[in-house]
Amino acid sequence: MKLQQSTLLGLYAVLELAKADGEQLSAADIADKFDVSINHLAKVLRILVKAGQLQAARGAGGGYRYSGSAKRTTLMDVIELFEPVSIEGFEHRDAPYHSDVEAGLAVALTEISEMMQATLRSITIRTMLKIMEGTTRQR
Amino acid sequence: MNVEQSQSTPLELCIRSAAETDLQAIMTFDERSNKDANPRYWQEMFARYGADESKQLFLVCESGHEIVGFIIGEVRDWEFGSNPCGWVFALGVRPDIRLSGVATQLYGAMCEFFRNAGVTKMRTMLARQDIDSLSFFRSQGMMAGPYLQLEKDI
Repeated sequence: MKLQQSTLLGLYAVLELAKADGEQLSAADIADKFDVSINHLAKVLRILVKAGQLQAARGAGGGYRYSGSAKRTTLMDVIELFEPVSIEGFEHRDAPYHSDVEAGLAVALTEISEMMQATLRSITIRTMLKIMEGTTRQR
Repeated sequence: MNVEQSQSTPLELCIRSAAETDLQAIMTFDERSNKDANPRYWQEMFARYGADESKQLFLVCESGHEIVGFIIGEVRDWEFGSNPCGWVFALGVRPDIRLSGVATQLYGAMCEFFRNAGVTKMRTMLARQDIDSLSFFRSQGMMAGPYLQLEKDI
């Protein structure tokens, strides 16, 4: 699995704004913090606003604040706004495989895929904030 | 979307050791019992985990004199080459009362029992599909551990 840049930016933005606890941040603040293109980030923020994860305030002093449910939204919910979650180059299918090699690999890769999905579906934004607090204390 | 434990409805909760008379109430909401109701299974669980509280613990949570949750755990020594650790292998909350802090309180009481028993690590094992339980345990700070469970049809 390799997350696309948009997906990573989406996760950065959601987590940074959820951490800000209702405080408003501008796109420039977030872009500076993660050293990313503000144009690319702006497109990502629009998707998150449309999905109800963020609220945008227009005009001078405008910005974004987290408006999702940190207790209910999972990493998977955010990732799936940008891309389907799968192992690169492998998609599960119901049709018969062409060879035993392909079928055998599908068994192993399905196991990996299921573990990955269970992980992403069970980590909420609030749990991520706790993990982030823990890593901050360790540093 | 997923559901994580919260304190949205404050309830007066009382955590205590399980009594044999609690088993009937537990069976009404335990998911395993609902799939395959088995009073003998619960009698055996009580006999094994409710009697000696030095290494095993079977707790229930009461609200208004009704049983609304349970947790069972055990200190296991040197299993799979691991230092002694606390295993939580059953946790259940009555479905209509979920999201009220019942599981969090039961989990906290079990942590305290394990700490008092001298262990510093706790573990559990869950089905990959059981996202609600996975999410709850992760919200308490639990992460994937260094072991993988393997199995085979024989």
